[in-house]
Amino acid sequence: MDPLVADDEQEIRRLRWQCRRGMLELDHLLDRFLDLGYADLTTAERIGFVALLGEQDQRLSDWFMARAEPPDPGMRALVARILEVVRERPRGA
Amino acid sequence: MSLPTRHFDALIIGAGGAGLNAALQLASAELRVAVVSKVFPTRSHTVAAQGGVNAALANMMPDSWHWHMFDTVKGSDYLGDQDAIEFMCREAIPTVYELEHAGVPFSRLDNGKIYQRPFGGQSQNFGGDQAARTCAAADRTGHAILHTLYQQNIRARTHFFDEFFAIDLVRDAEGVICGALVLEIETGEPLLIESKATLLATGGCGQVFRTTSNAHINTGDGTAMALRAGIPLMDMEFFQFHPTGIAGKGMLITEGTRGEGGYLINKDGERFMERYAPRAKDLASRDVVSRAIVTEVKEGRGCGEHGDYVMLKLDHLGEAVISKRLPGIRESSKIFAGCDPVIEPIPVFPTAHYAMGGIPTDRFGRVAMPAGHGSEEVVAGLYAAGECACASVHGANRLGGNSLLDILVFGRLAGKDIIDFVRENPYQRTADSASLDWAMARLSRWDQKGQGIPVQELRAEFRKCMEDHAGVFRTEAIMSEGVEKLREIRARLPEARLTDHSKVFNTARIEALELENMVDVGFSIAVSALHRQESRGAHSRPDHPERDDQSWLKHSLYYQDGDRMDYKPVRTKPLTVESFPPKERVY
Repeated sequence: MDPLVADDEQEIRRLRWQCRRGMLELDHLLDRFLDLGYADLTTAERIGFVALLGEQDQRLSDWFMARAEPPDPGMRALVARILEVVRERPRGA
Repeated sequence: MSLPTRHFDALIIGAGGAGLNAALQLASAELRVAVVSKVFPTRSHTVAAQGGVNAALANMMPDSWHWHMFDTVKGSDYLGDQDAIEFMCREAIPTVYELEHAGVPFSRLDNGKIYQRPFGGQSQNFGGDQAARTCAAADRTGHAILHTLYQQNIRARTHFFDEFFAIDLVRDAEGVICGALVLEIETGEPLLIESKATLLATGGCGQVFRTTSNAHINTGDGTAMALRAGIPLMDMEFFQFHPTGIAGKGMLITEGTRGEGGYLINKDGERFMERYAPRAKDLASRDVVSRAIVTEVKEGRGCGEHGDYVMLKLDHLGEAVISKRLPGIRESSKIFAGCDPVIEPIPVFPTAHYAMGGIPTDRFGRVAMPAGHGSEEVVAGLYAAGECACASVHGANRLGGNSLLDILVFGRLAGKDIIDFVRENPYQRTADSASLDWAMARLSRWDQKGQGIPVQELRAEFRKCMEDHAGVFRTEAIMSEGVEKLREIRARLPEARLTDHSKVFNTARIEALELENMVDVGFSIAVSALHRQESRGAHSRPDHPERDDQSWLKHSLYYQDGDRMDYKPVRTKPLTVESFPPKERVY
């Protein structure tokens, strides 16, 4: 196997465990984004995702539930992107 | 076998509120304490507890621990042990003040006292008017408590093993439990932690059901470890389904929505709770509301294409109230249900939320099991606290605001009792090689290669079986079929194989170990439920619709060996006050 691909798989496994959170809502958002959106991130954005996973659950919950905004513009964009990728579409839409 | 080994006075498995509160007592007493957590400690499920902690502080109106006790005994449908309940309700008051002093930022009244909010099931004067007993730190009480306890533990030099997964308890040559085999998730390497005392504080097991409000980590790991160590599980048939989870997803829509005036409607727009609980209506206890929702669906009054949910109506409260009083609900509904509750109602259905049963303990957190002839014996050096334990304060149903209270009170008391135990038993025992081999075999079994059943496939099948056959409504036929299906799943489990045998962050291996735990725990729920032929609290049997105190005012004990049931009496005598005799539970 290409060592770069192997590294990538190992990294995704590590991130998968970081997506295990104390709240079901975060599990759902982060784990699904890892499956649906992570592959499309640039290297810089992937670094941002790792930083996002290092945040406290309550802070992440506040950001995703629009109770607060991340101070960093890059993080704001990433939160919006995760929501866009994972959010349920309105019924009938 | 030579394994890397570490020694501690106390080993705590699980880093939620119970584990961290126990650890804090121990570390503050200068004991060497290890906390093993499969995720970073502040990612424990305690962080999700929004509601608050019940304590009769009487800051809003007259209140008393005795009234709190009455409500808890009544809420338990008289299955709770009244000595433990009295103890918890008395201890609630100093526990909240201790947390306040440790730095938990409780919400305040203008006069500076802790604000307390009303919750379903709370009364003044033994069943009178609504009480307001729940202390909260806005809507993030669990987070505030968990972070405060974690910081205090760091200060007290608790040793954390973050991202280590506990495999099994180990015993010495005399059969005394003396620690656990754990696995470092990052490296995939096993580690033996030997300890003078071990506390299981691994939280709930809601993931055994397909629709649950529990985080993915809640797989009943410690509960299953106790089972495999030969300890029975108590009252496992009593599983609380929160009435309002987002349909099909499980995320919780807080009880506060109904506290603020939201109400449930069926497909005809009828406010159906008026028929089921004329007085409390939508604020009736959780089992009553859950059962009402499922009844509406079963009788054809459910909403949506498949008629498989009801609606929670909030739009009449207005945007200002929803945004101010129920932060997060609007966004949560938009994200996970695709609807805006300001405009349209939220699709909801009961979601598996809380296990009342667990590892049987006394009120000091000591694991206790029958020793023949009706007497009970403490399992030396083994403790349990929090949702994985059953000190029997919730009985057949738990009141809102009593779960954080349970983990804090009994985590604290377990910690204090361990201090005494370690002082009286200062010598470290050594794990017996046979015990170690047994625990290692559980790990190495997943190294088997070749074709087999995919773990994810078996997991999905198991969780659906639990939901269909051990959920809110339980008949003999439904549950008997469920137990047979579970037997079949359990028989196929040894045929499951992993395709990835790498060591570093092999999360598939962890999920396989979790599945084994869930199947063990799921069995205890299904078998206990099948045997209890009455309806009590969260356990509802349409074929046995009445509570039967004559035959069933007793605790269930499920043993894994032969899927055997045993029973023990409820402790109806409180510590200092008169017993509350069983009465019909009307809200």
